[in-house]
Amino acid sequence: MGLEGHLITIEVDVADGIPSFTLLGLPDAALSESRDRVKSAIINSNLEWPHRKVTVALSPAYLPKSGSSFDLAIAMAILFSTGTITVDSHPPTIFIGELGLDGEVRPVRGVLPALLAARARGIERAFIPHVNAAESHLVENLDVIPISSLAQVYGFYTHGLLPDPLVREELTCESAEILDMEDLAGQEGARKALEVAAIGGHHLLLMGPPGTGKTMLAQRFPSILPALTQEESLEVTAIHSVAGKMFLPGSSIPRPFIAPHHSTTAPAMVGGGAHVIRPGACSLAHHGVLFIDEAPEMSPGVLDALRQPLESGEVTITRSIGTISYPANFLLVLAANPCPCGNFAGKGRGCTCSALQVRRYLQKISGPLMDRIDIRIFVDPPSRVEMLQTTMGEKSAIVRARVETARARSAKRFYGLGWQLNSQIPAKALRKDFRAEKPAMNLLHDELERGLLSARGVHKVLRVAWSLCDLRAGSIPTQEDVHEALSLRSSLRAGL
Amino acid sequence: MADFLSSQGNRVLERNWRVREGEIDLVALSPTGVIRFVEVKTRSSQKFGHPLEAIDSQKAMRLQRLALAWLSTHQRLGAEYQIDCAAVLTSSNGAFEIDYRSAIL
Repeated sequence: MGLEGHLITIEVDVADGIPSFTLLGLPDAALSESRDRVKSAIINSNLEWPHRKVTVALSPAYLPKSGSSFDLAIAMAILFSTGTITVDSHPPTIFIGELGLDGEVRPVRGVLPALLAARARGIERAFIPHVNAAESHLVENLDVIPISSLAQVYGFYTHGLLPDPLVREELTCESAEILDMEDLAGQEGARKALEVAAIGGHHLLLMGPPGTGKTMLAQRFPSILPALTQEESLEVTAIHSVAGKMFLPGSSIPRPFIAPHHSTTAPAMVGGGAHVIRPGACSLAHHGVLFIDEAPEMSPGVLDALRQPLESGEVTITRSIGTISYPANFLLVLAANPCPCGNFAGKGRGCTCSALQVRRYLQKISGPLMDRIDIRIFVDPPSRVEMLQTTMGEKSAIVRARVETARARSAKRFYGLGWQLNSQIPAKALRKDFRAEKPAMNLLHDELERGLLSARGVHKVLRVAWSLCDLRAGSIPTQEDVHEALSLRSSLRAGL
Repeated sequence: MADFLSSQGNRVLERNWRVREGEIDLVALSPTGVIRFVEVKTRSSQKFGHPLEAIDSQKAMRLQRLALAWLSTHQRLGAEYQIDCAAVLTSSNGAFEIDYRSAIL
């Protein structure tokens, strides 16, 4: 259920009677078919199948169970109950895996959360599909035995044979190609905005005509974010494991970059599903970047569905089988054209949209959502000079180093206060302990009085100003920082 | 098969009792006075599955009806009865193995 694992106990009764095989405990279609898989797997592993009345019960019985991951456990329960395998004593053990008809043990989704739940409930040994072995590296204090066939488990119990020792494969991510900021020509303003967003964890809107590099910028955003901590990578791997992505093990999990298409539905965005509630795009982007290209083209309902996760850092989904929560703490990057035809900006050549169309286009990103975006910048087409530059842009590693230093500064400042990033400073704290310099505050209050900024807007500008201050290693945001923060927020208006 | 039943203390009452609907392989009286209707399935190999797997729900129902038919023709309706199945696995050298399961239908 979600990221929370439940321990399922499997009981087997073998009685005299016409040979049959009954499976109890609210199985879904995939699990019902488990009967035939288990039977074939046992017979084809040259083990004894009881030609009697076999009843298998998965308890707790009220919990709907689905999927193929119980196959191995059912098979083992049958082998134990018929006495094919006998053990005097063994530590509490779980078995996870789908069985092939030939007895092969195949990978399943959600192994990592299952192992974590098992360990929390005092399980000491786990048999898991060898393909999933990578995920198990993150679990400590558990004797994990990766196996590739039912016969190997039999060998383990009857002859004490351990399957081939686990080779610690350091797989790389499916999208192993890491994009680097140096590929970008020019775009100094946008680079700076990304850097500030990375420091403070600010959400970002990139606007600009087609072909200016909005997508390129966004794709390179994860490369300037600090590496995931151990705890974060555990969470990320757990989510991706539930989603069925065979995710990489070990130390170097990159930050996820999830870019759903603008035709995405709400369940795909926040998560959903009938039998198993799967994490949606915004949970897959947990601790990473959720990039929505052509944001105004997305249906407004789907965009607004992001408001809850943006606010609370998690999504709660209710379906007939229950209510679950997935973490969804992501950095939102929206990209948009300034108008339906895309050319209403900059040199503004040949925009064919009416004034009304232009106005309506950006209104599709609703006010409340826009309000949560601290940095909004206009991405200009690279100029002639920038395109002619033969020197590469700054490397991501250099930017990331600056981001890490700046984040360390803010983390130290917020030590013991319950938040880490500038974007998370509560409004109350902003008014009291985290004000800017006096002249800077005056500037903001002037803007407020002139009606150019709302009260909430003032807080947003202040948070960005703190990030800018961290970037230049200052101790308190100055008037300059606030000016710059203001321009990062309203350069859209200037651009249009 | 009949010898096997006798050796267990049963008295064989009838063999291959046949009516239009079908056939009862064996009818025997157990030491405790229960009438046993026995369906015997013989196979020379398990290549096509266990012999008893050939008994499906239709077959089980027919056995039930046949049992009642036998009881009524012999004016024994109301007597305690059970339906047993026996799987006989024969091998080419004449040896055989009996897997007897009582009161399973």
